[in-house]
Amino acid sequence: MFKANVYVTLRTGVLDPQGKAVRESLLSLGYDETQEVRIGKFIELTLDVDKYEVAKERVREMCEKLLVNTVIEDYRFELKEVTL
Amino acid sequence: MRFAVIVFPGSNCDIDMYHAIEDVLKEPVDYVWHDDADLSSYDCILLPGGFSYGDYLRAGAIARFSRIMQEIEKAADQGKLILGVCNGFQILLEAGLLPGAMQRNENLQFICSTESLIIENNQTPFTAEYALREEIRIPIAHGEGNYYCDEQTLKELQQNSQIVFRYKNNPNGSVDDIAGIINKRGNVLGMMPHPERAISDLLGSPDGKKLFQSILKYWRER
Repeated sequence: MFKANVYVTLRTGVLDPQGKAVRESLLSLGYDETQEVRIGKFIELTLDVDKYEVAKERVREMCEKLLVNTVIEDYRFELKEVTL
Repeated sequence: MRFAVIVFPGSNCDIDMYHAIEDVLKEPVDYVWHDDADLSSYDCILLPGGFSYGDYLRAGAIARFSRIMQEIEKAADQGKLILGVCNGFQILLEAGLLPGAMQRNENLQFICSTESLIIENNQTPFTAEYALREEIRIPIAHGEGNYYCDEQTLKELQQNSQIVFRYKNNPNGSVDDIAGIINKRGNVLGMMPHPERAISDLLGSPDGKKLFQSILKYWRER
């Protein structure tokens, strides 16, 4: 079994209205050092797969097909072998 | 002319769309459930607004993989007319039948208002009854209607006259004030505003009628 942690982030250059609003909120709380806030998604997957390479390819496919809209989003993921 | 209104779990403008066809055009129209996989007898396919699959993951992301979408891609290939409104537009973007993507509105609010649109291309099967640069009033109701595409795509949209509707006063932050675009071939239109909610004075505006009349006229002339 493998566990995948998928991080979906907005592509550089794509404006993030949510991040902007959260930044303004942080600034109003006195966190003056806040330069930029970008909000993304975190997806946890547990996969019934034996081989690391297979899991890696399957998760990549899932990202490209459904989990990520590559027009506006980038992604990266970590894979960890787990026993349930 | 036969129309299909596709119904997904979470569609909520399907009935308005059905009545727009029934009342304005008086042509045969059916609801088609997203799992029914035959669209061969229809001339025009309408993807209504709503929150298909609860907008989970991204608006339109899950509906895009329902069974009916293969049929819709086939129909698009055959040159049949396909109109996606609001969530229907989002589904067409996710399916790659139209370029670009939707983001949350710039002000993060769900906007429900009647907007002024400018007809930027009246040489399409969906807009031939309008005058070029005509200003029309059509309601919008969306939280994710902030259209985005990269500069290269925008240039192509502009050069090929694929931008069909622009907002007069951009409500949501859309790139280049885009409210609706058409594919290169000219048979797949996506728009955030709801023409099916603007078919009589009683509803606030009759300006959406000409869109449906354009579709029928195009079909009759062929």
